[in-house]
Amino acid sequence: MTEYTEDYVRKEARTWLENNWDPNLDLFEWRNKLADSGWGLPNWPSNWYGRDLPVGLVPIVEEEFQRIGALPIPKSGIRMLAAATILNHGTEMHKEKFLRRIVTGEDVWCQLFSEPGSGSDLAGATTKAVMVGNKWVVNGQKVWTTSAHKAHWGLLLARTDMDATKHDGLSYFIIDMKQPGVETQPLKQMNGYASFNQVFLTDAEVLPDFQVSELGDGWKVATTTLMHERRAADSLRAWGQVPSSEGPIYDQERAEIETTMAPYKWYPQRAGRVDLIMQRAKETGAIKDPAVRQEIAKLMTLHKSAEWTARRARSAQEQGKPQGPEGSLGKLAASNVARAAAKVHTMISGAHSMLSGDDSPENGTVAEVLISFPASSIAGGTDEIQKNIISERVLDMPKETRFDAGKPFKDIPRNTIS
Amino acid sequence: MKFSFTEEQDEFRSVLRRFLEDKSPSTEVRRLMATADGWEREQWAKINSELGLTAVAIPEAYGGHGFGLSEQCIVLEEMGRSLLCAPYFGSAVLAASAILYAGTEEQKNELLPGIASGSTVATLAFTEENGSWDNSGLTTIFDKSKNEYSITGTKSFVLDGTTADLIIVLARTPNTKKDEGLSLFAVDGQASGLKKEPLKSVDETRKLARIHFDQVPAKLLGVEGNAAGPMKKTMTRSIICLSNEMVGGADRLREDALEYVKMRMQFGRSIASFQVTKHKATDMLADVELAKSAAYFAAAAFDEEDDETEEAASIAKAASSEAYMQTAIHSIQMHGGIGFTWDNDTHLWFKRAKSSEVFLGDPAHHHEKMMTIWDA
Repeated sequence: MTEYTEDYVRKEARTWLENNWDPNLDLFEWRNKLADSGWGLPNWPSNWYGRDLPVGLVPIVEEEFQRIGALPIPKSGIRMLAAATILNHGTEMHKEKFLRRIVTGEDVWCQLFSEPGSGSDLAGATTKAVMVGNKWVVNGQKVWTTSAHKAHWGLLLARTDMDATKHDGLSYFIIDMKQPGVETQPLKQMNGYASFNQVFLTDAEVLPDFQVSELGDGWKVATTTLMHERRAADSLRAWGQVPSSEGPIYDQERAEIETTMAPYKWYPQRAGRVDLIMQRAKETGAIKDPAVRQEIAKLMTLHKSAEWTARRARSAQEQGKPQGPEGSLGKLAASNVARAAAKVHTMISGAHSMLSGDDSPENGTVAEVLISFPASSIAGGTDEIQKNIISERVLDMPKETRFDAGKPFKDIPRNTIS
Repeated sequence: MKFSFTEEQDEFRSVLRRFLEDKSPSTEVRRLMATADGWEREQWAKINSELGLTAVAIPEAYGGHGFGLSEQCIVLEEMGRSLLCAPYFGSAVLAASAILYAGTEEQKNELLPGIASGSTVATLAFTEENGSWDNSGLTTIFDKSKNEYSITGTKSFVLDGTTADLIIVLARTPNTKKDEGLSLFAVDGQASGLKKEPLKSVDETRKLARIHFDQVPAKLLGVEGNAAGPMKKTMTRSIICLSNEMVGGADRLREDALEYVKMRMQFGRSIASFQVTKHKATDMLADVELAKSAAYFAAAAFDEEDDETEEAASIAKAASSEAYMQTAIHSIQMHGGIGFTWDNDTHLWFKRAKSSEVFLGDPAHHHEKMMTIWDA
């Protein structure tokens, strides 16, 4: 084992970057260099495009990338979830076949977990995989699938045993999305965007080699994928900050970001756009209304307290302290902030709250807040599920009574649409 | 340290928590709140001398321990938690701050060591009958003849007003308005011309008084007519202290209610197993933790002389007032009928929540204060 020090890592990274970074390279040529050297994902294993660096030292490397202006590997998107899952549970063949093109970004991935009949209850998936001859044949429907229409590969959670209990009857596969049995359709949301897809699987095929982990291990593997989901969401936001430097490689990266981020243009609006509140209140004169002033102050009190709570949680984490209750509350607080912000935007905009698109204030941004905020308390786990989890794990309250434990999945009541 | 406590601070808190759990169980709170004074000199001296609570934030030069507001706020949070019946807030927070910010070097040397040691119990008389928390409603006047000052007027809502040895009084030059002509004075608690009238308070653990001043001799603190600045800083500091005291009380209520629902059986099951109870308990946790973040941030901002301190103080007060009161309401509901009885302890904190909600300005007052800062 090499004993890594900050100075040593910084010097090594700097030297390598100085010798190899060239803004005139093609984006994929550059990413292949990163894959070969391991500097793109230095905490990955050294035999798989990394350098075995402790995670704590990765920021040192990132600083060196920033210093010289080199483009890092985007650590976002479903393909990074795929990478984490394959590194943890995949076979040598999976690693050989998929990891390099994940690093370079040449392959697009999607996650086929949620179904119309299983949202909060993800393990209730009913999409079936049946062994026919020497292949898995998959039938069912998936939903809320990001990038499915562009994806080369999908991470699939499917039921392989109806007689087993709910969690034990699931298996995990990597499915080729470019085959006749896979049909994708955009899913239009109430705010007009179509950021996700529905995926219809009709006799879609998966080779036995593309099963991940053992039969019946699907839920365990899916848990690994989901664990990385929050981290990937954070990186997506960071990556979305378009670099302003000039040069062909930056143009290439900007184009990639543009296409990737387009479906998510409404995400800041979903969170309530608290940043626009004071400016709008002053511009419209609503700030003179004592009732509006009270509501703005209430919103800001909530918003600031939530922000400081997140900082407390991060600070505890950085100091290696055990996580206190403050670490579990961010998502719930964000829902409350979004709701309160939509209310205040409405008070500020008055009659204009009835208008949409470029007839609405801020070229439609205000309207977009008013019709997007309900997603905050649903996406990534509803408020209700969050409250169940916090009350059980943080407050140690009794677990929900289960009606689906210990019996064969086929005997559990479920939605008639599958 | 706006977002975390040091190991020393954490250790100080846990020592204090154990100590106050031992010295201020609810039986003791109930015993003291039933007395006219609300606290006992000998018992308080014993508690205070062990941990030097009144000395914590007073500079070493004036007999204190010289810690920051963050440390004093740990004391307050733990006192709020245990509902300690002691003349602390009026003396070590309100009066000590006013002396520290308004007094001359000589006056600080004369007055602060007694407050630090606890031998002097002081208070600050600034509010009047109209209950205004800023200086707009202040009518008490001072008179100066032959370099001797005297005060005339009526102060109300004075903490420990009937028992304080030293009363710091805010008064104005006749015919001045708002922040003009304000001066702070030190008045002996036994001075002639003082009439102290105990008020019946909702929160019996915190005694309030009305004090009539009829040409009461007083010593000017600092410079005449210059008290608006020191009072503003005193208020900011005290608002932050009260916010921290409140989140301590709220957290205690939350924990007690949680413990109760886990124990209580109805319909053959624990009432904590009802989802509606679980969700309410989670909402309470979120309210209290968010308010804590604001209270901690404000204390650290004050210590760091951050530009945001004043707005942070108002955010902390608004957040902790709402959180404490809401937690108290939920706590009674979660206890059901027993929560509405005198014998159950919940009402003791409920009443402190109600009283603290308005003391030093209610949420609406602080909402308007922050808007005034942002809309400048």
